[in-house]
Amino acid sequence: MTDESIVKTRTSWDSPARDLPQPADKDGWQRAPLAGSIRGGANSAAFKVGDWRSYRPVHIEENCIHCLLCWVFCPDMAIVAEDGKMVGFDYEHCKGCGICAEECPTKDKAIEMAKEEGQ
Amino acid sequence: MTSDTVKNTNEAPVQQEKPAASYSALSGNEAVAQAMRQIEPVVVAAYPITPQTDIVQNFSAFVADGLVRTEFILVESEHSAMSAVVGAAASGVRAMTATASNGLALMYEVLHITSGLRLPVVMPVVARALSAPINIHCDHSDFFGVRDAGWIQLMSEDAQEAYDNTLQAVLIAEDPDVLLPVMVGLDGFVTSHSIENVALLKDGVVKDFLGKHRPHTNLLDPENPVTVGPLALQDSYFEFKRQQAEGLRSAARVIDEVAARFEGISGRQYRRIETFNTDDAEAIIITCGSTAGTARYALQRLRQKGLKVGLIKVRCITPFPAHEVRQAVAGARSVAVLDRSMETVTEGGPLFVSVAAALAASGGKPPIMRSYIYGLGGRDIHLSHLDEVYRSLLDTSTDRQPADVSPQVEFLGTH
Repeated sequence: MTDESIVKTRTSWDSPARDLPQPADKDGWQRAPLAGSIRGGANSAAFKVGDWRSYRPVHIEENCIHCLLCWVFCPDMAIVAEDGKMVGFDYEHCKGCGICAEECPTKDKAIEMAKEEGQ
Repeated sequence: MTSDTVKNTNEAPVQQEKPAASYSALSGNEAVAQAMRQIEPVVVAAYPITPQTDIVQNFSAFVADGLVRTEFILVESEHSAMSAVVGAAASGVRAMTATASNGLALMYEVLHITSGLRLPVVMPVVARALSAPINIHCDHSDFFGVRDAGWIQLMSEDAQEAYDNTLQAVLIAEDPDVLLPVMVGLDGFVTSHSIENVALLKDGVVKDFLGKHRPHTNLLDPENPVTVGPLALQDSYFEFKRQQAEGLRSAARVIDEVAARFEGISGRQYRRIETFNTDDAEAIIITCGSTAGTARYALQRLRQKGLKVGLIKVRCITPFPAHEVRQAVAGARSVAVLDRSMETVTEGGPLFVSVAAALAASGGKPPIMRSYIYGLGGRDIHLSHLDEVYRSLLDTSTDRQPADVSPQVEFLGTH
């Protein structure tokens, strides 16, 4: 089935991720995507979940052996690796679950969880 | 059905060329199954429950005999039936189910998901009492119990109307300004199992009337991926519900537009309410479903005796045709609303409450209103009951009841 068979409604289908009307918009609901559907794929990166975090992972570089077990285990692809080396975290998508710190195999941990400020 | 003494106060139907139809002796359920055969949904998922069973039984025979190419999914419950239909509809195809009574109650959660996802599903509901005590016979407690699930609800008087409403429901649901599911009610046993002469349209005529389904969402199109039903919290949920409310509001206009198109192919006229002799009536009964037929006969007999009585049959339950009802009762002194269900029973039954709200919003002096609960669990309603209601209305004093008196709720035909 091609996209032409998809009926056009008054609501917007064009936004790659849900492009919501802002609070100041009067009658903004008319432009909200129908039923909250999200058009397009691979758009979860556009949804920032970093502010859900109570504890943040901290990289202690001198202890790191770059085994990348943290990269393997992270459920949110929030470990940033470059050229086979662990270089840090994507704090916009890390929810602070602590799995990376738990799985870190070094005697002195290369990842520790620190309480978020303001928590 | 309308004799000389019973005047349909709607406009006279425009004379059409004789439509292409054939008459068959069918039960209400068989007529609905024929409508489903002509709709030929890509997916039907259903679970049998009395008195809906032979809709599904007849339809599964059509599948087995190769008369339709429908994927028929046997499920383990009505919750699963509705869930499978939601998945199918979200994949961009016509999908249907049918149920009754406790089966409809079990679907409750998924009914809201269907309307919230704006999926144009059509579901015949064969109205039956809810347990307990267990009872398989007609009342409308199931149908009115899900009145607020965001579905459009049409209630049919007889087998012909059940067939006609089922076909019209497809186009109502799929209209781009509506995109909401539609429930087509018919009375358990009274309509579902009584055999009547039903005019079936030719398959080709129905096919042309329904046209091609143009879905608004297609989960199975990898070129155009879509996420259906994601989380929507404080920042957006309200906007989606606001849109949904607009769809339901638009449905009133679309139901009339589809009825006009349907009249063109069938010669049969449908309104959201049907009025009989309301123009000069002092006393009006408002009801829905098969009892409207009995009430019309009672009306005819009383009119022959010169009594100024009228009748309103509500075909479209949701969205409630408040404006039309208000206009139709404008000249009446007293109105009785007959409800066949247990919802809001202390306030006077759901139809009564809807009528009362419609009249209260008008600002004018409303007529004296009475609520009658009748026919629970399939208890027969006789002409004598309807005579009793009409005569009681005609005897009603015009003196207003004090504002602090709760509406009087009568139970018609209890021992």
